Amino acid sequence: MTSSCPHNSSDPPREHLLHRLYAVQRQYRHISPQAMQQIADEFHLPLGQVASVVAFYAFFSTQPLGRFHILFSNCTSCGYLANGENLLQLLCKQLQTSPGKTRADGLISIDETSCIGQCDRGASLLVNDVPITGLNPEKIAQIAQLIATAIPLDAWPAQWFEIRDAVHRRELLLTTQPAPGSALRQALKQGIGETLAAIRQSGLRGRGGGGFDTGTKWQLCREAPGDARYVVCNADEGEPGTFKDRVLLRIHAEALFEGMALCAFVIGATRGFIYLRGEYRYLLPQLQAALNRRRDQGLLGGNILGHAGFDFDIDIVAGAGAYICGEESALIESLEGKPGIPRIRPPFPTTHGYLGQPTAVNNVETLIAATHIVAHGSDRFNSVGTPQSPGTKILSVSGDCRSPGIYEYPFGVRIQQILGDCGAGDAQAVQIGGPAGKLIAPADFNRAIGFEDLSTGGSFLVFGQQRDLLTIHRNFAHFFAHESCGFCTPCRVGTQLLKNTLDNIAAGRGSACDLKELQQLGQIVQRQSHCGLGHSAANHVLDGLQQFPQTFSSHLKQSFSARFDLDQSLASARQLTHRGDAAAHLDNG
Amino acid sequence: MMATTPGTIRIDNQEIPFTPGQTIMDAALAAGVYIPHLCHYPGLTPSGNCRLCIVETGNRSVAACITPAVAGQEIRSNTPELNAARTTITQMLFVEGNHICPSCEKTGNCKLQALAYHLGMLDDHFPQFYQRRELDASHPDILLDRSRCILCDLCVRASREADNKNVFAIAGRGTNAHLTVNSPSGKLADSAIAATDLAATVCPVGAIMIKEQGYQTPIGQRIYDRRTIRETGLQEHIDKKNDD
Ligand SMILES: Cc1cc2nc3c(=O)[nH]c(=O)nc-3n(C[C@H](O)[C@H](O)[C@H](O)COP(=O)(O)O)c2cc1C
Ligand code: SF4
Ligand code: SF4
Ligand code: FES
Ligand code: FES
Repeated sequence: MTSSCPHNSSDPPREHLLHRLYAVQRQYRHISPQAMQQIADEFHLPLGQVASVVAFYAFFSTQPLGRFHILFSNCTSCGYLANGENLLQLLCKQLQTSPGKTRADGLISIDETSCIGQCDRGASLLVNDVPITGLNPEKIAQIAQLIATAIPLDAWPAQWFEIRDAVHRRELLLTTQPAPGSALRQALKQGIGETLAAIRQSGLRGRGGGGFDTGTKWQLCREAPGDARYVVCNADEGEPGTFKDRVLLRIHAEALFEGMALCAFVIGATRGFIYLRGEYRYLLPQLQAALNRRRDQGLLGGNILGHAGFDFDIDIVAGAGAYICGEESALIESLEGKPGIPRIRPPFPTTHGYLGQPTAVNNVETLIAATHIVAHGSDRFNSVGTPQSPGTKILSVSGDCRSPGIYEYPFGVRIQQILGDCGAGDAQAVQIGGPAGKLIAPADFNRAIGFEDLSTGGSFLVFGQQRDLLTIHRNFAHFFAHESCGFCTPCRVGTQLLKNTLDNIAAGRGSACDLKELQQLGQIVQRQSHCGLGHSAANHVLDGLQQFPQTFSSHLKQSFSARFDLDQSLASARQLTHRGDAAAHLDNG
Repeated sequence: MMATTPGTIRIDNQEIPFTPGQTIMDAALAAGVYIPHLCHYPGLTPSGNCRLCIVETGNRSVAACITPAVAGQEIRSNTPELNAARTTITQMLFVEGNHICPSCEKTGNCKLQALAYHLGMLDDHFPQFYQRRELDASHPDILLDRSRCILCDLCVRASREADNKNVFAIAGRGTNAHLTVNSPSGKLADSAIAATDLAATVCPVGAIMIKEQGYQTPIGQRIYDRRTIRETGLQEHIDKKNDD
């Protein structure tokens, strides 16, 4: 999918729609109605479809952005409030601009975005798609200076862009790397049946959070009727607090590509995709180079390893800011150049996936594990872990601890041990599996990571004693309200109502009935929504009400208080009329 | 696995036959069993967005309009718990948009309003969102007032599937989701829609309305003044079947 690939006017371009839109935005700083029309013509799409794609993905803008476009993460670990200071406001002030607006001279625009997956590196931002981590007021001042003097990004301090991966604990997957091609050679030697059998015997289950049996998925896909089959690697990693795929993509990309080729070999696919979250776009050049290397080595492309008829290649498609695109059917919609609205399931992607054909969607870590299993055998893999959860899990640990970073553990590891290893002596609570996961109180720190107990895609957020849990809940609620795809009523409206109710409590306008309200609303959102986002969006509130009721009750008013704040509602009118006095709204003079 | 032979399901203990490929909704309506619905319309591909048709099978809650009937399914639909959830979802739709029923031309013909009556909804419960939404009066025969749109996608599907025109789309995420018109100016006047299209008449609420028909039918003699939404919902299904 090269951006320069030539096409005549009758054939739609081979380029991906999201990449074309990205290129236009890069060049013109926004996507204008004219550009949308032109792209609709090029791709033979209705204008409405192009416009809905632009409107769906947070990184696309119909208003011109600044030449420096900055997005601060608003995650509880790598967010701009993470060390108690509002770094976003600070930068805005120093550059005389305000969030969400482009400065009149077009130099700078600053906004916030959902977690950018740099949670082990402290407060972070993306400047023109490149991350800068470890932010503090000094660094913000330097950034302001560089921007004010319009110093191009490649002349900014090089050490800011050095990538350091903190891997603190290694097991099966992170200690050794199978030599490139070794698993594929083994697969070709033993054939499809035995390769699939090895995956099945290993008991490998999906590492993206769902935990579906990988061997079964591959087999269903292999057996489903279809004209073509596809392998899709889910590298969307949008769950706040998760960054293990980012590290795996950087240091274990070979094993990932090999896992995709193994899957292709088993299910009979010739084409694969990596759906890379837009926040990791900066990894593209390195990933493309690695893919090219494999093509040169005969590990990708036609007749892989000289095996006639084993053809398989991989394209990378970069997303554009949408958490929902991690949900596999929304991801496939996005691959097809549409807004990421989750499909009706059944049918599942294994039978009706990309372009309606059988498709195996797997997480980065799952595919890497598959490579290890085929290279080293299933016995070695399931010699660790628990009977229901064989193997290991790679955790992204962040928040209030001494050593945030990557930790690989055998399944069955207790929360207590992880907290000890990462240096979190006095955790007040742990959020496992990100905002969509589970809030765990100290009484439950003896519980274990595993599909039979605490299942997680890898996010492990530590909250120390000094944290206000209501702030955390509000953060999560804002996240879901922002990321709801808007398709179904309970999630689209319910996540807003949850957000508003929590904000209201935090503003000191909550009363006892709001707790009941949160409970009832939470249950409706959880139970009646269309997809996994809605099903999990209220988990944190329901957990909080049960485990930490004082989080909410301590903010409540003793007596009745109106949810409606007259002064706040009149604020803008008072500002316009320059009437600040309390009775301004009462007389007509 | 989908059954390949006709079978039966049970809804609230009533035995209901279905043919393979039918959804729970189709089977129920064909048997004269009403399941509340807003975004389902006989003959259009089901969408599953409004969630009024939630029913329970086992310990799961599913949308009847998109869930295939499977032989032996035990389904609960008309229960106090589910009707309470449906009421909450209806309230959500009311507060999200700007619904001015007493002065709305659709009043009495509005499915949202009729459903609220059906469910015994007495108030909005939640605070209003007061969203600003664009009005499009450009078309000589058709008015689009997004203030009342409940994002049910019916006009989108009707235009695509019944009218073969593709006039509408829904764009934007979360509560920013809004109806767009597929024309260079984004205005209805510029689109291929005609007042006789299904897309122009299928809207369950007062968001797409035919102009110059205001108050032709007096209040008190309108659709849901004469029949309940239950009866209308079942009749729509029969009408479609007779058409085919
Ligand atoms: C809202 C939502 C977001 C998700 N995000 C991701 C993600 O970022 N990465 C991922 O691998 N799986 C994600 N999933 C799970 C995928 O739908 C799917 O189950 C997974 O990619 C399958 O791969 P696995 O079996 O290897 O885990 C998400 C699911 C939901 C409902
Ligand atoms: S649950 Fe939320 S994200 Fe999922 S389909 Fe509904 S609105 Fe979209
Ligand atoms: S305009 Fe009417 S038919 Fe179209 S989506 Fe909105 S409510 Fe549904
Ligand atoms: S009628 Fe089934 S979800 Fe709307
Ligand atoms: S009465 Fe106007 S939208 Fe229902």
